[in-house]
Amino acid sequence: METIWFWLVACMLVAYVIFDGFDFGAGIVHFFVARTNDERRVVLSTIGPVWDGNEVWLLAAGGTLYFAFPALYASSFSGFYLPLMMVLWLLILRGVSIEFRNHVESSVWYPLWDAGFAISSALLAIFFGAALGNVVRGVPLDRSGEFFLPLWTDWTPGQSPGILDWYTVLAGVTVLAVLALHGALWVAFKTTGEIEVRACRVASRAWWGVLVLVNLLTVASFRVQPRLQASFAARPWGWVFPFVAIAALLMVAVMNYRVWERAAFLASSLFLAAMLVSVTFGLYPCVLPSNGDPALSLTITNASAAPYGLHIGLVWFIPGMLLTAAYFVYAYRSFAGKVGVEERT
Amino acid sequence: MDALTIHRLHFAFTVTFHYLFPQLTMGLALLILILKTMALRTGNPHYASAARFWAKIFAINFAMGVVTGIPMEFQFGTNWSRFSKTAGGVIGQTLAMEGVFSFFLESSFLGAFLFGEKRLGPKAHWFTALLVFLGSWMSGFLIVATDAWMQHPTGYAVGAHGEMVLTSFWSLLLNPWLGWQYIHTMAGSVVTASAVMAAVGAFYLLTGNHQEHGRTFVRLGVIEGILATVVMLFPSGDGQGRNIAWHQPVTLAAMEGLFTTEQGAPLAILGQPDMEHHRLDNPLVVPRALSFLTYQSWKAEVKGLDSFPPQNWPDNVPLVYYSYHIMIGLGTIFLAVLAVAAFRLWRGALYRSRGLLWVLMMMLPFPYIANTAGWITAEVGRQPWLIYGVMRTPAGVSAQVSSGNALFTLIGFLGIYTILSILFLFLVYREIEEGPEPAAAV
Repeated sequence: METIWFWLVACMLVAYVIFDGFDFGAGIVHFFVARTNDERRVVLSTIGPVWDGNEVWLLAAGGTLYFAFPALYASSFSGFYLPLMMVLWLLILRGVSIEFRNHVESSVWYPLWDAGFAISSALLAIFFGAALGNVVRGVPLDRSGEFFLPLWTDWTPGQSPGILDWYTVLAGVTVLAVLALHGALWVAFKTTGEIEVRACRVASRAWWGVLVLVNLLTVASFRVQPRLQASFAARPWGWVFPFVAIAALLMVAVMNYRVWERAAFLASSLFLAAMLVSVTFGLYPCVLPSNGDPALSLTITNASAAPYGLHIGLVWFIPGMLLTAAYFVYAYRSFAGKVGVEERT
Repeated sequence: MDALTIHRLHFAFTVTFHYLFPQLTMGLALLILILKTMALRTGNPHYASAARFWAKIFAINFAMGVVTGIPMEFQFGTNWSRFSKTAGGVIGQTLAMEGVFSFFLESSFLGAFLFGEKRLGPKAHWFTALLVFLGSWMSGFLIVATDAWMQHPTGYAVGAHGEMVLTSFWSLLLNPWLGWQYIHTMAGSVVTASAVMAAVGAFYLLTGNHQEHGRTFVRLGVIEGILATVVMLFPSGDGQGRNIAWHQPVTLAAMEGLFTTEQGAPLAILGQPDMEHHRLDNPLVVPRALSFLTYQSWKAEVKGLDSFPPQNWPDNVPLVYYSYHIMIGLGTIFLAVLAVAAFRLWRGALYRSRGLLWVLMMMLPFPYIANTAGWITAEVGRQPWLIYGVMRTPAGVSAQVSSGNALFTLIGFLGIYTILSILFLFLVYREIEEGPEPAAAV
């Protein structure tokens, strides 16, 4: 039962990264693909009707984590207190930038919110990447399963790490590049003309960055977290996930080159999913590793809620997710096709 | 300040600020649905235009509610980790259900509702208004269910490591505390939305702009406002009062400022709780009324604070007393004004009564204050418990987050929310100033 919920929460997070990932990505490449005010309005309108629903995946995943693995929710949210609060502030800035930009027609109002949107999106990508890095590296859990991390210490992933060290910064920069690629492909898929051409160009440049950074990060991850090596050695069939990720990344390059925009975006989504599943597989059954005594790690068994709650949860969760899938199909269907320059949201 | 105080202020400030927005949007979702229904029934484009205007106000408030709501979902873990670890298996259910059932529904159809009127046609567009209404009222239900469980925990057992384990899903959702609290909360939200609608309508009538819309707004605001205010008083307020008398008698004593147990206890209308001498200073009371309201008997005994050990008293008795009296006082004023306004409306004289329109316009902040005061009564009245009778507040805090770190983020939120408030007022005022477009320009 714990394993089912472990993978359900993982799937929700994957959905969050794929869906809200292209919103972030659109923000990261905002100033690179759109030059004029009208073009920037178009970039925003490629995510305008859907970004809010995409962000709900974060809330829903957080809520599900809360009820299925309360000890993990409690420990990680309080231990990562400072960066999480900054994430909240950035999410506020980002939401306000998207929603309020088009309320006032003024040449000082627009650039203000365009900058807010771009900066908050880029910083959030780095923060989320660093968060992932922290989970992979492990944290100094005590006997009651608690910890508190300062923002930085000596910048090395040793016994007393901070939120930021060279490894988590590398993870943050990698996620920035990955989401820039993802977002550029989305913008190319949803737009026409100049913006589309620029987005394709940004995507092909970002692709090389992703290739280099992902390779570096993978090597570093295996060195920082020996558990990954052990997991793949114990269950070699798991190698299929990283191989899918590599294949998907190559497909992105080919399809972007051929200007098969929808396929390139879907391949990028597959790449994100396969990367995240690889990491999750490598850590399973651990949900938050200890960087000291392995016995102190939080696992799916010592962090999960009691069986009755998990069973009853499944009864409402499955229909709930089917409904959600129906809403998403509706929302994306009614938003199908390219967004024009003259169209106003 | 010690860390516990800062963590409490942190949650209190962010949740109080957050609830300024959903309390309008939940009620407004109902009023917009009513306007859309009237448009569909009568075929009169005037109502569709009125709904379109309120949809713009709704959108700004909804965005504020979303960006200030996300921090709430996080703070259970960041600032109250021991509470979350202990109780997450129970209240995580309702919080997760809120995300899965309400937020996806609202966010998926809000876009269609705000931008899809032309494309969808009147019937489908009415349906999106219905779905947004259902999503927001379901969200209200699930979050009140979470609070009701903290006020009156049911359907749980204590597990091997002291964690609370859900034993009955239905007692969580059919908690006896929940029914009246939910109705009371939602009626409060409708009162806020009605008051805002009536105030904007009165503003238009007084300034001579958008006369036709002004009349519609005042009419709908006054009618819905008085219905909701009556529901607040009876049965929901009365039912909640009885729940408190039965399950949290010490909170009742604090709310009423009743220091000594009495048969035929008086109802304090005014007065200041004197915590040094354990008495109510300058009291203005209705003799025996408290006994009657609580137990329907003029002679019934009502337990005062002296019947309970001081460590079980709410840790801020005067705050509980004042916030409760502010809520009741404003509610009474509101009922009186709306009754007069409804009477004048019935006689067809309201739109000409400039004095009364002035009162309706100036009353705009009152329901916000009353709703906030009501929540302070409930949540400070629950103290010193985090989960009533089970977990005391200091036991639930994130012990490893120091006071300095907590103060840092509290200051951050104070600054950000100040900026958000200015932006919000600026944008909403612009929409009200611009006003609804004439019905012909569909």
